[in-house]
Amino acid sequence: MKIEVNTHEKNILRLAEEHPELVVLSADLGTSCEVKKFRADYPDRYFTMGIAEQNMVSWAAGLAREGYRPFIHTFAVFEYRRVLDQVEMSVAYPNLPVVFVGFVPGITTPGGVSHQSINDVAVMRSVPNMAIFDVGDATDIDYVLDLAYDYNGPVYIRQLRKEVPRLFPADEPVIFNRARVLSEGDDVVILSSSICTEEAMRATAVLKERGISVTHMHVTTLKPFTDPTIVEAINKAKYGVVTIENHLDIGGLGSATADLIAEHGLGKRLIKIGLKGYAHGASKMYLMEKYGINAMNLVKAVEDLTGKDLQIKQSDLEEVRFVDFLEV
Amino acid sequence: MDKKIYSEEEIQAIANSIRKQILGIALKSGGCYLAQACSSAEIVASLYTNVMNLGPSEGLWEPIPFPGVPGPDNMDYPKGMMYNGAPAPDKDRFFVSCCHYASVIYCALAATGRISPDCMDKFNVDGWNMEMIGAEHSPGFENTAGSLGQTISIAGGTCHARKRRGDTGKCFVMLGDGELAEGQTWECIQAASYYKLDNMIIVIDANGQQVEGQIENQMGLEPLIQRFESFGAKAVEVDGHNISEFCKAFETPHEDKPLVVIARTKGYTGIKPLEKRWPFLHFVRISAAEKEEYQKIYDEM
Repeated sequence: MKIEVNTHEKNILRLAEEHPELVVLSADLGTSCEVKKFRADYPDRYFTMGIAEQNMVSWAAGLAREGYRPFIHTFAVFEYRRVLDQVEMSVAYPNLPVVFVGFVPGITTPGGVSHQSINDVAVMRSVPNMAIFDVGDATDIDYVLDLAYDYNGPVYIRQLRKEVPRLFPADEPVIFNRARVLSEGDDVVILSSSICTEEAMRATAVLKERGISVTHMHVTTLKPFTDPTIVEAINKAKYGVVTIENHLDIGGLGSATADLIAEHGLGKRLIKIGLKGYAHGASKMYLMEKYGINAMNLVKAVEDLTGKDLQIKQSDLEEVRFVDFLEV
Repeated sequence: MDKKIYSEEEIQAIANSIRKQILGIALKSGGCYLAQACSSAEIVASLYTNVMNLGPSEGLWEPIPFPGVPGPDNMDYPKGMMYNGAPAPDKDRFFVSCCHYASVIYCALAATGRISPDCMDKFNVDGWNMEMIGAEHSPGFENTAGSLGQTISIAGGTCHARKRRGDTGKCFVMLGDGELAEGQTWECIQAASYYKLDNMIIVIDANGQQVEGQIENQMGLEPLIQRFESFGAKAVEVDGHNISEFCKAFETPHEDKPLVVIARTKGYTGIKPLEKRWPFLHFVRISAAEKEEYQKIYDEM
C-alpha cells in the first residue's frame, strides 16, 4: 500500500490556483495543518487570526458574504466545540460557503481529550445546512476540497494529514453522498469511515477467507446521509450491519446508519463500533486497540451478527499499518 | 444625486418620531424594548441621515411574510440589508449587533423613507418579517445578531474583504455596551487593529444598563476608551443625545485603526417616568395603572 505525504498541502495549493477568491484562515495551527507552503506561496491570502477561534469563524462569515471562499484551518476539535454558536449563527444559519478543514479528527492526535474531536460528527450533523465529509485515504483528500468548494453551503471536513495511505485508485473520484464499495457480499454490511476503513479492509480480507460474504463500503459523505446504495446493501444483508468509526458511537456514522435502517424499515441488526466516551493522550494505534476501534473488534462484531465462531486470531489480521502520528 | 444634508432639527424630529412610535407600540401591546429606543433614537436617526453614506433603499416597500430560513434552496430571499441600499464600493454598510433594537431600526427606516410608514403595523406579528429581534431577513439587518459578540466579527470580515478589494465605503457596527463583556468583541478589535481596518466604525449605545440592571453592578467594563485603545482602536466618547456632537465624532482621524464612538446615553431620555425604573429597563412593560401617564406623554410628543 502506498503511503502518500502532505496530500492536503498539494490540493489546497491546486485549489488556490484555480480559485483566486479562496483564502485560508488559521488560528496559529497552520503549520500543523499543511498550509505552511500555502502561506509562503500566497502570503496575501493567508489570514492569521491569532489564537482566537470564535472571532475567526464569524470573520470568515463576513469574508464569505463578500464573495471570498474562506477555508478555516485548525484542529477539528476547535472548529465545533469551542465555536458552535459562531458556526451556527454566523455561518450555518445564513448558509454561507465557509469550509471548516478540521485536522487530527477523533483519536488521530496524541494530544489528549482537549485535542480529540470525538463528538464532532454528532454535533455537526445536528447543524442545519452543514455538509460533512470524513476522509479516509489520500484519494479522499485529493477530491474532498473540490466537493467542499462545489457544495452550496458550509462544509465540515475531518481531514487527515502527513502520511496517509492511498487505499483507493487515485483516478476514481469521491462521489458526493455516495459510498465507495470495496467489496460486495450478502451476509453482512460493514460501513467504515476515516482511519477505520483501513482496519475494516484488513478484517474483510480475512472474513472472506473464512467464507463470510461481506459488503464493505467506505463512507466519505456523512451529511447528507441518504445514499440509496447503502440502503440497498443493508436491505440485502442476511445478518446485519456493522459500523466502525473514529468517533463516539453516538451521533456519528453508526447513529446515521441506525436512522437509515429505521426510516427505511429495513429491520436489520446493527453493531456500532466507536468510542464509548472521552479518550486520553496516547498514540493512535494504542488508542484504537484500547477502545476497540480495530479489525479484531470488527471480526467479533461479525461473529456476533452471524452467530459463527470464525477462529480468527490477531495474527491472521494483516500486520501492515501506516506510520503512526507522534506529533501534536 | 448629492446626499441630502439634514439639519439638526430634522434629525431630532426623526429621533422623536422613533420614540413616539415605539412608545405607541408599548402602549398598544403592553410592553416592548422602549428604553433602547429612548437611548438610541438620536444615534440611529443621525446614522441614517448625515453619518452613513447609504444608497436608496432597495427593500420591498411593505413588510412581507417571513421569507424562510436561508438554505441551499433559499438564498435569494429578500435581504434585510437591501433597506440600507444596494451594496456598492463607495457606499457604507450597517451591521446591527444589538438586534433587540429592531423596532428602532424599522422606525428609522420608515422615518427616512426606506420602508412604508405603516410598516410597524406588522411589527412582531406572527408569520411576518418584522420580528421583535431582527435577523437576515428583517428590514435594515445584514445578519443574524441575536447571539451577542458575533456581529462585530462578521463586520470585521466584511471590512477585511472590502479593504482588500479597495472599496472606499465603510462598515458601521452598532453595539450595546452590555455585550462588550463578550470576549469575542475584544478578539475582533485586536484583529481589526492588526489588519488596520480603518473602514470599520463601531458605534456603541452606552446606556449603562443590561437585563439584570446597571452594567457596573454585573461586570466591570470601564474605562471603555482605554480598553478599546489598548486593543489598538481609536476611541472617542460623546453625548449620544447631542446630535451635532455625535455626528462630529465621526470626523475623528483614525488612520489605520478602527474608530469606536462611545455614545453615552440614558434609557429614559424623552420619557421621564422611565427614570424611576432605571436601570431595570431591558423590557419595559406598561401596566394598566400606568397607561394614562404614558398615554399623556405619547399625546404630547
